[in-house]
Amino acid sequence: MANVIARTTDSVVGWFNDRTPGLIPFYKKHISEYYAPKNFNVWYYFGSLAMLVLVNQIVTGIWLTMNYKPSAAEAFNSVEYIMRDVDWGWLIRYMHSTGASLFFVVVYLHMFRGLIYGSYQKPRELVWVIGMLLFLTLMAEAFMGYVLPWGQMSYWGAQVIINLFGAVPWIGEALTEFIRGDYLVSDATLNRFFALHVIALPLVILLLVVLHLGALHEVGSNNPEGVDIKKKKGVDGVPLDGIPFHPYYTIKDLFGAGFFLTIAAFILFFEPTFGGLFLEYDNFVVANPLVTPEHIKPVWYFTPYYAMLRAVPDKLLGVMVMGGAVLILFLVPWLDYSRVKSIRYRGMITKSLLAMFVISFIALGWLGLQTGSTGQTWAARIFTLYYFGFFITMPIWTRLDAVKSVPDRVPAHD
Amino acid sequence: MANHEVNTGRRRFLTATTAVVGAGGVIAAAVPFVASWQPSAKAQGAGAPVTEDISKLEPGQRVIVQWRGQPVWIFRRTPEQLSALPANDGRLRDPNSDNLDQQPEYAKNGYRSIKPEIAVLVGTCTHLGCSPLFRPELEPQPFDAEWKGGFYCPCHNSRFDMAGRVYEGVPAPTNLRVPPYKFLDENRIVIGVNPEGAA
Repeated sequence: MANVIARTTDSVVGWFNDRTPGLIPFYKKHISEYYAPKNFNVWYYFGSLAMLVLVNQIVTGIWLTMNYKPSAAEAFNSVEYIMRDVDWGWLIRYMHSTGASLFFVVVYLHMFRGLIYGSYQKPRELVWVIGMLLFLTLMAEAFMGYVLPWGQMSYWGAQVIINLFGAVPWIGEALTEFIRGDYLVSDATLNRFFALHVIALPLVILLLVVLHLGALHEVGSNNPEGVDIKKKKGVDGVPLDGIPFHPYYTIKDLFGAGFFLTIAAFILFFEPTFGGLFLEYDNFVVANPLVTPEHIKPVWYFTPYYAMLRAVPDKLLGVMVMGGAVLILFLVPWLDYSRVKSIRYRGMITKSLLAMFVISFIALGWLGLQTGSTGQTWAARIFTLYYFGFFITMPIWTRLDAVKSVPDRVPAHD
Repeated sequence: MANHEVNTGRRRFLTATTAVVGAGGVIAAAVPFVASWQPSAKAQGAGAPVTEDISKLEPGQRVIVQWRGQPVWIFRRTPEQLSALPANDGRLRDPNSDNLDQQPEYAKNGYRSIKPEIAVLVGTCTHLGCSPLFRPELEPQPFDAEWKGGFYCPCHNSRFDMAGRVYEGVPAPTNLRVPPYKFLDENRIVIGVNPEGAA
């Protein structure tokens, strides 16, 4: 009996392999014989979790489009219809909205992992740059998705973000009209944002994910020690400190996914608006082009950049600071001159400056949620200066910092 | 197949010309896709003038009308608000309305209006397009201890006085825009049309 099954499986696999000879090598290269360092820790969950959330966004997104109407007249009511009248519609919508926020949670943690372990250093510069492109696309995707429910925050958020392009000298005004397709944010804007949100940008994101993983698997994964595992290989050519991605890391990531989904389920079922952070209360009021809400703020994941924009008392300069804050991250691989990758082998300068950077980023995020009194504006200016100073002076302090020597192999633990 | 010699010069020329013609074709094919993002004929046609009756507008009150989809404020200023206007001049970026893009010639005066008490302004912040909040009270505010009445933008804290003139040290670069408007009679305003004789 077992023989029959084995023979059938073999012949089916053989049939496919004869016709698509690349399939099995592909599986081996990226999964069963992709040797990842054996010392991945908790920080290494967030890449696979980002993919999990992406799948969630795509599936729930497809279902949402089945009842959503992308027109200024109907959008708000169609979302309410999904929430109240469509069977399980509330769950699918909350999965999508909670998923959007959790996407940024895992992506920010994923990026932080790269920062502390120097995962952007040679030879992984391109992995980092493609990741940053993904982050940028994700920001656009999230922004356009936020416009679709056509509430007050959707409308005025769109108004502000599109007008950022108006700061471009000479062509600014024409550019904003081009983006809106109208002289104000309107039905035409909503409709095209829908098209970009559900078709164009998801395709870009999927392509970039493929390139991100392709680039990673070409150079191999970094690890918390920053040890190059390819330096020490066994007689079979396999890195001594490497283990195959499947089954070792598929199992590990499955555990992480279970843990993550538990937390996600708590948010989903008990606090889907997350106290106004994931879904803002003003967005439960239909868009009104004549009245801006009393207290306007973006969703939490944009607030650090929003605080920077608000701290600068000049339109063009403010927009440049905001954009520069994201773009400067692209350059990190060429700003870090340290001879070691991981923070474990770096000195106190890196550790303390990085800790202050985290504090600044969180503080900016908090300030972006506030109304912006004079004191808060000054605080935002100081933290913004630190944010940029951290990166601009990076070539200096990474060279000054005392480093410990990195071992050849991943150190064994008891 | 008699001639086995490759004419590399001709080959390079053909490759280059094919690439140039191909690139031209790609650009031409992109035109409709890019141009389709421009405001449609329908959107362009929706800019007709609107008329508003202000006979019931009391001093200190404001109405909001929609013109080209944008909020336009019409408000009747009280004598106190009017007399407080010149006191602001030192704190403003463009107190004399020298930026001519922001108001028609006939509104380039201390009140930025045709009639001193009646103000007409496009109610979108010149920073990033939010609609500033109406704060007409002449009393200290959390954002300004010497507030003389005006507008406060909740988005990025830009401030304007009761004539829509922008304060120094805020992100908004210019004064609020005064739309073209004229009085049909004592109480009716048309927004979107210049008065007879004015350019």
